[in-house]
Amino acid sequence: MKDLAENVLKGDPRSIARLITLSENNDNISIKAMKKIHPHTGKAHVIGITGVMGSGKSTLICELTQLFRKQGKSVGIIAIDPTSPFSGGALLGDRIRMQRLAMDDEVFIRSMGTRGMLGGLTSAVYDVVEILDASGKDVVIVETVGVGQAEVDIIKIADTTLVVVVPGLGDSIQTLKAGVMEIADIYVVNKADRKGVNQTVAEVESLVDISCSEKDRKTPVISTIAKDSKGIDNLLDLIEDHQKYLHKTDLFEKQRLLRYEAELVEIIRKKLMNFIFDEKQFKDKVEDLINKISKKQIDPHSAADEILKKIIK
Amino acid sequence: MDRKIRVLVAKPGLDGHDRGAKVVARALRDAGMEVIYTGLHQTAEMIVEASIQEDVDVVGLSLLSGAHMTLFIDVAKLLKKKGMSDVLIVGGGIIPEEDIPKLKKAGIDGVFGPGTPCDEIIDFIKNNVKR
Repeated sequence: MKDLAENVLKGDPRSIARLITLSENNDNISIKAMKKIHPHTGKAHVIGITGVMGSGKSTLICELTQLFRKQGKSVGIIAIDPTSPFSGGALLGDRIRMQRLAMDDEVFIRSMGTRGMLGGLTSAVYDVVEILDASGKDVVIVETVGVGQAEVDIIKIADTTLVVVVPGLGDSIQTLKAGVMEIADIYVVNKADRKGVNQTVAEVESLVDISCSEKDRKTPVISTIAKDSKGIDNLLDLIEDHQKYLHKTDLFEKQRLLRYEAELVEIIRKKLMNFIFDEKQFKDKVEDLINKISKKQIDPHSAADEILKKIIK
Repeated sequence: MDRKIRVLVAKPGLDGHDRGAKVVARALRDAGMEVIYTGLHQTAEMIVEASIQEDVDVVGLSLLSGAHMTLFIDVAKLLKKKGMSDVLIVGGGIIPEEDIPKLKKAGIDGVFGPGTPCDEIIDFIKNNVKR
């Protein structure tokens, strides 16, 4: 384990996989390794893909990755599926759609559970992006869980965010207007062989027309049929255009600052929560306060202040 | 440390009967494990590559075609060759009684036939994970 970070930097798949596990498990070994890795990060183009469940995100990723491979680029994929709030277990099934990438040494796929996070991502995802980036992957693709309306954390981590919608959701396109429907750098209308595709494209385009009046870049809308590999080369062009646009403006730098801010906040949150809920001395105090809140002997706001005062002093 | 047992569930070979694999995958999920379900028609190479990338503690194989003596053993050999000897290997499906000792000798740690209660598989995994 001593050379774990070094082996990750060399691109060794087993070391990459092990460090991801340690990071997911909040193991102290991972923190040591991540310190060594950070200076080697920042090179990969990070693409986020989000959209409702069953919209074809995994299939799109499989198709896009094959095109990146034709360009000679290596690809890391992080596929997130929900963790059960009851058992803590998860069924991670995104790999099924990516079978064609299974035997390519230059593609690394990792499935992750959300483990209690609600924004469409998982707590360790920042580390995992850095690990894949530092291991030499040219492109890192992050697939969120199937989202509803408000899971927008992907924009904090991705340089380019794709929002995938499908025809036939009817009114839900309307209701999606705030939140998820605001975050796209590129809109993808997948399953374009389905009835109603023209209406869906028109609706998304009108959304773009209204919301983008102040920007110098109009968010493109593209239709694809991922299962038949249709429209994917055009999508790749749009992704590359967006990447050039980020570098031409100061947006790339801004985007990265946003990511590091989000990562910092997440690390602090995790450390603070572990401190309050795991440290022996606090655990008893916290349990005592929860009981008091239940018995109306104290209100939740005062209880929170009491805990924070103990930490800050 | 918030460790979770990670299990790869795969169907090697050509049979398309995946209900058993899905039932087991679901039961392991409900037992708090992270199950990576890779689906049908997997080669030994695909299963081992996925096991490395997903850094799993357990590989679960389901097979009803009768090719278990070849395919289960291929997976076990390849895992060992790739240095993944700390992975627990379990198999299930239509496995004749007389094949079980041979499979165990070849590195399949647990073999579970039709009618096995899910709890038995869960307990076996929890008691035998190697790391």
